[in-house]
Amino acid sequence: MTRVLGRSVVAVVLCTLVFGLAYPLLLTGFAQAFFSGKANGSLLDLNGRVVGSKLVAQGFAGAKYFHPRPSATSPAYNAGATTFANLGPTNPDLAKAVRQRARAILKLEGPYNPGLTVGDIPVDAVTTSGSGIDPEISPANAQLQAARVSSVRGLSKQRVLDLVGKYTAGRSWDFFGEPGVNVLELNLALDREAAS
Amino acid sequence: MGQGIAQILVYTVVLLALAYPLGTYMAWVYSDRFRAPRWLAAPEKGFLRLVGAGTSEHDWKSYAKTALGFMAVFAVLLYLLLRLQGHLPLNPDGMKGVLPDISMNTTASFITNTNWQYYGGEFTMSYLSQMVGLAVQNFVSAALGMAVLAAVIRGFARRSRRELGNFWVDLYRSLVYILLPLSLVVGAILISQGVVQTFSGHATAHTLEGATQTIARGPAASQIAIKQLGTNGGGFFNSNSAVPFENPTGFTNFLEAICILLIPAAQVFMFGRMIALRRQALPLLGAMLAMFLIGVAILLPAEQHGSQVLRASGVNITQGQGQSGGNMSDKEVRFGIANTALWATATTNASNGSVNGGHDALTATGGAVPIVNMFTGEVIFGGVGSGLYGMFFYVIIAVFVAGLMVGRTPEYLGKKIEAREIKIAAVGALFVPTIVLLFTAISVVTGHGLASIYNPGAHGFSEALYAYDSQANNNGSAFAGYGATEFSALAGTIVLWLGRFVPLIAALAIGGSLAQKRVSPPSAGTFRTDGVTFGVLVVGVIVLTAGLMIFPALSLGPIVEALS
Repeated sequence: MTRVLGRSVVAVVLCTLVFGLAYPLLLTGFAQAFFSGKANGSLLDLNGRVVGSKLVAQGFAGAKYFHPRPSATSPAYNAGATTFANLGPTNPDLAKAVRQRARAILKLEGPYNPGLTVGDIPVDAVTTSGSGIDPEISPANAQLQAARVSSVRGLSKQRVLDLVGKYTAGRSWDFFGEPGVNVLELNLALDREAAS
Repeated sequence: MGQGIAQILVYTVVLLALAYPLGTYMAWVYSDRFRAPRWLAAPEKGFLRLVGAGTSEHDWKSYAKTALGFMAVFAVLLYLLLRLQGHLPLNPDGMKGVLPDISMNTTASFITNTNWQYYGGEFTMSYLSQMVGLAVQNFVSAALGMAVLAAVIRGFARRSRRELGNFWVDLYRSLVYILLPLSLVVGAILISQGVVQTFSGHATAHTLEGATQTIARGPAASQIAIKQLGTNGGGFFNSNSAVPFENPTGFTNFLEAICILLIPAAQVFMFGRMIALRRQALPLLGAMLAMFLIGVAILLPAEQHGSQVLRASGVNITQGQGQSGGNMSDKEVRFGIANTALWATATTNASNGSVNGGHDALTATGGAVPIVNMFTGEVIFGGVGSGLYGMFFYVIIAVFVAGLMVGRTPEYLGKKIEAREIKIAAVGALFVPTIVLLFTAISVVTGHGLASIYNPGAHGFSEALYAYDSQANNNGSAFAGYGATEFSALAGTIVLWLGRFVPLIAALAIGGSLAQKRVSPPSAGTFRTDGVTFGVLVVGVIVLTAGLMIFPALSLGPIVEALS
């Protein structure tokens, strides 16, 4: 058995060098040489300052912005500690949270969408995402918010919908996954529009 | 749902199309005919010389002893690394040493190819721990399962021999000729799609509304490639493959989901090649494929139908018109219902355990599917290596049952299956489900485990059941509300070790026992094990053993919840 352990120590050292160091270093070298923007987090700049990442939701509360999905992280949209909400399908806390979110949406969007009812609210708008930092909302959710954003910003609804369309990522290769609207990119574009 | 079903069918076809050539290649890599090109042969020789192992073959006992000794050394070092990470380099975000009970659980979890995580990666682990500790284990624990499977299959293929192969050679070949090249390719593709791979610490962003946002990142792509391929599943980030930095697009999701089942599926083809009876692999493949598809066929509609709470809330959960609808709790928009359902099934078929959405928030019916998948002992494709050698337990029991029905001595691949093999197979098949039920019961009945439970009612029981089911079967996914306490971390550590190494030793023992047997030519009365009948019989045995054992527990958890 001592011989086995002695051999194991050597093997452990070799495995650690190759798979713990050489392998990640090799991929990091490749990443930084060819895809440094993506490999460093797809960060977005505005006037030389990092304003966020294309792949990370950030909080938006203002009426002139599109709002991301609810987040279970603490505080919300904490990209340093992602988490699920972990509320089961019959959990009363989930029922309460969903009710509150739906009420808040009716209050916020109702004035701009006459006749809005709970049944018009897309489910992704009242449910936490898996990561807590889902950068996307469903196109239906964006539709709902477009009336408010265009009205508050004094833009035509068509112009806002055009921008929504522009920042909607379709399915990969038109086949894999589901379409989604990138909230941060869309809001950045709206701000640019206002500035110009 | 049509588009989602199309994605799942394309997934299945692509999986098999890739698994076939890979299986053929792997059979060659583990065979005596394998000759590496010279520039590759030199490092292999160098490794064997440095380890001082030579190429002489081991019988099953010394194979098992070598494997266990190797993992024991790794376990001690990994534990020390986690405890001491605060004093070690490559720690740009200043992580402290990991607590003792969490370190023990994490060590067991990664050595056993489980990757159950009682911690959140981005706020617990230094980059050194992630790379040198955890990512290395992603390779090594996977390679251990692959090596053992190769040895067990040789036991089926050989006649009148004692040896099953050289552990160090099998380990090296699994690592360097299979896992490493695949990981490099997958890692590079993931990087090109937006998965992070950097040694810089967190980024700080100034948001449009004037807040400051800290964005964790790190060398993730290299770890994700191997955690998907090696049925490990431990995320770089807490929310695992739901986090966009781990899995940014529909395409990366497809690729990562393929990687979950790729090697386990390829190993079924490999089995057919290695025993030189390719038709014999087909019933096993058919059984696995059928159980996989049944799982998706239950999970997908359950999630699309939505949870009780969401249905009662009155919000729009109808699919179409710009949303995927359904139970979107703890799911990501870019994956929607179909891809989360597919992933949840695949990751619990294999002992992978990575998730792209929260399992705790699955509907009652949807959540029962992962529980049952894992409870089979992870044999629906299963873990790399461990899936197929776990399936052999059921195969031997099925052969025995068939022998009883037709009144003949049971035979498999021309070898007589005798009392010794049947006893070991019964232990291999029943031991893990037994400890799952036992530890779940202890945790809820004695009350020690109650503090871990997060959700009220029947769902809370499901969380406990899921936790021990997942750890004992070396899966690693969770109803993640279930939290760490000292009791749950230590109880988990015990089931992790037992769940990995008892079946592993049992499988090697069967391999060793079969290798010594002679092969008798098939006669007119031989029960055929290469047809549909046998595939159905194997599924039947799995349903009768695992299915009946889990049913009472299911009726306390998911079934009560579904009816409420």
